[in-house]
Amino acid sequence: MTLGLSASGIWKKYNGDQILRDCSFSFNEQGIYVLTGANGCGKSTFLRICTLIEEPDSGEIHYSVDGRMVQKDLELKRRITLVLPKVGVFNTTVLKNVAYGLKIRGIGGTEATERVAKALEFVELRHKMDQNALTLSSGETQRLGIARALVINPEILFLDEPTASVDQKNTGIIEDIILNMKRDSMATVVITTHDREQAARLADHLLVMNEGKILPC
Amino acid sequence: MFLAESFKTAFSLIIGLNAELLGIILLSLRVSGTALLIATLLGLPAAALLGFKRFRLKGTIISILHTFMGLPPVVVGLLVYLLLSRSGPLGFLALLYTPSAMIIAQSILAFPIVAALSHSAIVGVDRIITQASMTLGATPYQVSLTVIREARYGIMSGILAAFGRVMAEVGAILIVGGNIAGFTRVMTTTIALETDKGNFDLALALGIILLTISLAINSAVRLVQQKGTAGAGR
Ligand SMILES: Nc1ncnc2c1ncn2[C@@H]1O[C@H](COP(=O)(O)OP(=O)(O)OP(=O)(O)O)[C@@H](O)[C@H]1O
Ligand SMILES: [Mg+2]
Repeated sequence: MTLGLSASGIWKKYNGDQILRDCSFSFNEQGIYVLTGANGCGKSTFLRICTLIEEPDSGEIHYSVDGRMVQKDLELKRRITLVLPKVGVFNTTVLKNVAYGLKIRGIGGTEATERVAKALEFVELRHKMDQNALTLSSGETQRLGIARALVINPEILFLDEPTASVDQKNTGIIEDIILNMKRDSMATVVITTHDREQAARLADHLLVMNEGKILPC
Repeated sequence: MFLAESFKTAFSLIIGLNAELLGIILLSLRVSGTALLIATLLGLPAAALLGFKRFRLKGTIISILHTFMGLPPVVVGLLVYLLLSRSGPLGFLALLYTPSAMIIAQSILAFPIVAALSHSAIVGVDRIITQASMTLGATPYQVSLTVIREARYGIMSGILAAFGRVMAEVGAILIVGGNIAGFTRVMTTTIALETDKGNFDLALALGIILLTISLAINSAVRLVQQKGTAGAGR
């Protein structure tokens, strides 16, 4: 019953620079995948392609449940999500940012209110819910990004450098969130980081991207 | 002192606010307001189309829109006059020298401003907003709405800029409206005519009111722009 994903033979070029070259990998087991690699090697690009935000030049992304392929339609896209490195908050309140994913799914009323409250509670941002999201600190912004993703109950959650510009305390909060998700088997988590110790703390599966490919290590 | 005397009379006119003066002000607001509404109803979808869709000649259309932002009002007045004059293609509508003709002319003046500035605001929204809404499961239509919502302050200043321009213009409405007392006479045309006649009191009174209105519009623009950048200074 686990939603899995396999990327096969992904190539991607930007302005003549070959970023991903024949990159293949499968995320088929529950738990936490940690992807590391040098700056600019293509981790973020790979996550955008995996989450169907961007098209590869060639290669295939397949989603499947118990080995059966799933159509890459809106319904599937709504079962996964990616928190971008800079999050991309909307110029409105924290509350409305978190409610966004529910609103576009046509979910409102008490169900929405409860789910938003729960997500905000989870990332310890409930006291900030009426504040404009653009005024949050970096750490709070990352937590908002996670709450905005959690509220839609994703089956695979991709987090691109969720702790890059975050202090120790907030890094701790974010890592706890990720570990709690694993404990409650809420979602498969794929996360990128440059922090080796963090990778060691979180990883069930540790991966390295090098020369446009992903290698397990 | 002649000037001081004129100002005194002008202020007493404003304070007295007789029916004629009030009629002129209200007509100005009605004509320019309606023109702005039409320009927004057409300009915003046009801006969205240009912002989100890919098609041939898009760049050319955007360039033309930007050029037309500075259309000389007298030229627009002349063209609308030719269209609506009795021998013109739309002469049968008998709209010349009516408020409707003035609304048409001002809509044409306002449209490129609303469309071009809204388009700039829409394409100025950071790509990350598009990506973020996609990651959260938005349909392409929902993504567009989200981007437009993020551009709302830029769009509002575009609409206010257009309002400022049509409220202040005289060339187009004078030609197609004819400045008929009690029917098509608005603030700017009255100022032009009364000054010509040497009747400065009324002209000055209207000038002061017009200035006040454009001051209000400009403050609104400033306010909107401040709101748009509030908190975005990180
Ligand atoms: N939209 C784009 N247009 C042009 N070049 C791009 C684009 N996106 C990424 N790149 C380039 O692709 C390369 C890989 O970028 P990417 O963000 O995937 O790297 P990364 O592994 O996530 O790096 P980091 O660890 O610094 O986050 C970089 O050289 C980057 O400049
Ligand atoms: Mg990156």
